[in-house]
Amino acid sequence: MMAMKKTLEQEPGEIEMLLPWHAAGTLAVRDAKRVEEALACDAELGRQYAAIREEYTATIGLNESLGAPSAHAMAKLFTAIDSEPARKPSISSRISAGISGFFASLSPRTLAWSASLGGLALVLQAGVIGAVLVKNEQPGTFQTASLSTDRPVTRSLGPEAPRALVRFAPDASVSDITKLLATYQASIIDAHGDMFRLQFGNRAMSKDDVAGLMNRLKSEKIINLAVAAQ
Amino acid sequence: MQVLYGRHHIRVFRFGVRLVRDEQVAEDLISEVFLDVWRQAGKFEGRSAVSTWLLAITRFKALSALRRRKDVELDDEAANAIEDASDDPEVSVQKKDTSQALRNCLSALSSEHREIVDLVYYHEKSVEEVAEIVGIPENTVKTRLFYARKKLAELLKAAGVERGWP
Repeated sequence: MMAMKKTLEQEPGEIEMLLPWHAAGTLAVRDAKRVEEALACDAELGRQYAAIREEYTATIGLNESLGAPSAHAMAKLFTAIDSEPARKPSISSRISAGISGFFASLSPRTLAWSASLGGLALVLQAGVIGAVLVKNEQPGTFQTASLSTDRPVTRSLGPEAPRALVRFAPDASVSDITKLLATYQASIIDAHGDMFRLQFGNRAMSKDDVAGLMNRLKSEKIINLAVAAQ
Repeated sequence: MQVLYGRHHIRVFRFGVRLVRDEQVAEDLISEVFLDVWRQAGKFEGRSAVSTWLLAITRFKALSALRRRKDVELDDEAANAIEDASDDPEVSVQKKDTSQALRNCLSALSSEHREIVDLVYYHEKSVEEVAEIVGIPENTVKTRLFYARKKLAELLKAAGVERGWP
């Protein structure tokens, strides 16, 4: 522990260099544990951490006091965008941006960068792949492999599983979202900004069942908005 | 784009203000930043958070703006000016307003130190993300923040604020 007790004339120790990120809650779980263990048995490190907490609070206070840009900045931006040549972003890039944007909006503490993030990432990845496949194929149809004519023989698979547009609460944790998706057997198939299109199971539901499902979703603490969608 | 702007423009603006020390220039910056994002949306590969990408663009734009503005070229001079204008050490101690003294001293840090303090404490960026935004190795990120804090401690000490560290 003496190795961590550095004066300012010496090179800083590895743990003490991590203290600011520990205060901000942005350390990986393993590093956070190392820092906590060091803090528990090193009073000098604890004093330095207390000073860092003050710096952390003051920095947030200072930045929050800086205000916001005027509406003129936004008007200028969208005027400039309007004068740009029209572009049509691909569906996959819009989905990716939406998902990235959503997670960027959550604070590191909310995310906590736990193992559950990996789990949800898989779900999201599956959703994105699904969305791209849906885009590239006719929805709800199949083509026989043995029959070849000028026009493919296709048959509708009937009513689709219910879907909803959902906005999660800003303080929703990854594990909360993962649990909710599992509880409702739901998967994310699309995203627009902070709105996510969820599909529930693989079977169609009656109108009443869909209404009941929407009511249950709306009563979930981590959901701010839920509306039935196509 | 409106959603992206709505979600990130305030933090981008504040990061810009802290870098260029001028609200009007920072306002011009955010328009440039989001226009760049609009133009380069296809290049964003999702390997980093959108906010990290935005802050990196903002930093680049801010440094370019500072280079254009010859009158704001020496951060140390600006820092000294702010330090001189603040409460003298005795007044600070009498007020026991450590928080205000901290804010004054945070503003008096060099641009290099200000940006790293803000990125870690306010923008809650990890070591890896700061390295990506600033374009320096991760170890340099850690040592630069340590020495930024060391400088902050010196400024506080000069203002008569003792915090038990160092």
